[in-house]
Amino acid sequence: MTHIQISPGAVAPGDDRSVPGRSGSQDGPPANAAKRPGRGENLAGYLFMSPWIAGFLFLIAGPMVFSLYLSFTEYNLFEAPRWIGLQNFSDMFADPRWRQSVEVTSWYVLIGTPVKLAAALAVAMLLAQKRWGQSFYRAAFYAPSLIGASVSAAIVWRALFSDDAIVDRTQKVLGFEVGGWIGDPEMIIYALIALTVWQFGAPMVIFLAGLKQVPQELYEAAEMDGAGRWRKFFHITLPMISPVLFFNVLLETIHSFQIFGSAYIVSNGSCGPADATLVYTCYLYEQGFVNSRMGFASAMGWLLLVAVGLVTAVLFWSQKRWVHYEEGGR
Amino acid sequence: MSLRYAAVRRRGPGALAWHLGALVVLAVVLYPVVWTIGASFKPSADIIGALDLFPADPIGDNYTRLTEGIADIPISTFFLNSAYIAVGSVVGVVLSCSLTAYAFAKVRFAGRNIMFAVMIGTLLLPYHVLIIPQYVLFQKLELINTFTPLLIGKYLATDAFFVFLMVQFMRGLPKELDEAARLDGCGHLRTYWSIVMPLCRPALVTSAIFTFINAWNDFMGPLLYLNEPDKYTVSMGLKMFIDQDAVADYGGMIAMSLVALLPVLAFFVAFQRYLIDGMATSGLKG
Repeated sequence: MTHIQISPGAVAPGDDRSVPGRSGSQDGPPANAAKRPGRGENLAGYLFMSPWIAGFLFLIAGPMVFSLYLSFTEYNLFEAPRWIGLQNFSDMFADPRWRQSVEVTSWYVLIGTPVKLAAALAVAMLLAQKRWGQSFYRAAFYAPSLIGASVSAAIVWRALFSDDAIVDRTQKVLGFEVGGWIGDPEMIIYALIALTVWQFGAPMVIFLAGLKQVPQELYEAAEMDGAGRWRKFFHITLPMISPVLFFNVLLETIHSFQIFGSAYIVSNGSCGPADATLVYTCYLYEQGFVNSRMGFASAMGWLLLVAVGLVTAVLFWSQKRWVHYEEGGR
Repeated sequence: MSLRYAAVRRRGPGALAWHLGALVVLAVVLYPVVWTIGASFKPSADIIGALDLFPADPIGDNYTRLTEGIADIPISTFFLNSAYIAVGSVVGVVLSCSLTAYAFAKVRFAGRNIMFAVMIGTLLLPYHVLIIPQYVLFQKLELINTFTPLLIGKYLATDAFFVFLMVQFMRGLPKELDEAARLDGCGHLRTYWSIVMPLCRPALVTSAIFTFINAWNDFMGPLLYLNEPDKYTVSMGLKMFIDQDAVADYGGMIAMSLVALLPVLAFFVAFQRYLIDGMATSGLKG
């Protein structure tokens, strides 16, 4: 019964008709009445929802509209916003540092996300076998997911990847003369990617839950037919866990686009030697809050939204081809 | 037959390989943590260059130096500020998200499906579209350098992830329970508080722990909204440390990093089961 809740046309909450196994069991005269909510139900619903409604209007929808307006203006927080049309956007495309930030972020998302998910899946498959000490390992592997987002982790990362520190020394022993990753504009992004891969625990746990739901009979049947390890992986495991894979890809990708704290700290608040870790949000922060270009930063925010929206749309569109839901159809 | 076959295989040489594999992953994953513990007892000069994990003769200087504080601010100030924000966030999230989730899961009101779709949509919304206008809003309301901007969203259920988690959980509760409560004359408020909330404890605890840890680790929020050192959180205190002496006091910085992690690690050790199960169920329903 694996099925992802976040998908277009997914089951609405409480819409029991689409919950398998429950359909029809409670039909009868009340069904019709229950469909048409009474006045009291409406009032109760809105009252319970009122914190969310207020939060949505004042902290999300309102600010979004305002930010869209600001993105067409020049605004420094102290003088009134001045309408400049599409100038922020044309400035942006002409700005080499903006292009650098797009490049750095794309690199981070394109390399970090797949490597992290591959690590998560590999370790989840290891832990899916029933062995002694399994739950201890599961907990230990999850720990970095919580620590990783902190300033502490970023500081430790800087120490581990700087000149003459452990990573550097290990490389020398292995015969590479690369030097510390932190001071090297070519390499610092990989230190940052390593920090995100280290936090594979959260997707690992979700993969593990998915793996547990794969019916063992499928593997047994495949073994009878003489299928090897890889065949079983590609023809059974991967299709069976594709809904969880989709969920992880979606969340991790969106998450990666928004990296800020670790990039900022790992590079000592400077976004890196030669802008090497100038991730998108780092540049947005710098333009908005250091250079007081609130209009420009708003425009950047909207482009990020469009980019994330596009990626999400492409993922949802592609899921028809590779995500297999058990109920068929969806 | 096949069961027995599997059992035999499980005890074979595979077990050794499995444990070896698990230990290798364990070493990679825990190395940075163990390294930090060791380094916090080394003199600053030895932290980067020395390869041994633990110092031959450990020193406590790095910790005693922390008692002097950072730039004349005792580190307890940072900890109290962080604790205030983290605990305040937990209360807000548990109350506001559970109310919202109850409405989605248990009340049949007009517009519910649309609102649910919108709520899920906000889950995918990058926060960075909102930071400029929210900053302007809080600046106009003269709330910069207060904790309000960091807390208000928690009381207004803007953490869609937790609403989603609680909706998932509430939908799993047997329908008969709240139907029985309704027949006995309980209103929604009573049903919410006396029936649904106690049964939802696992989802509430998961959300509470995640909220605490996220609030404790948060860096961008305090960076934007707090500008006087006596309001700084632990993350900001650490940043001050870096700004102050990037090279000189590596020992103090590492010791402070570890101390800053202690609440997170303590929470993790105490509640890891809830956290991990909560994470596992968030992607699945079945």
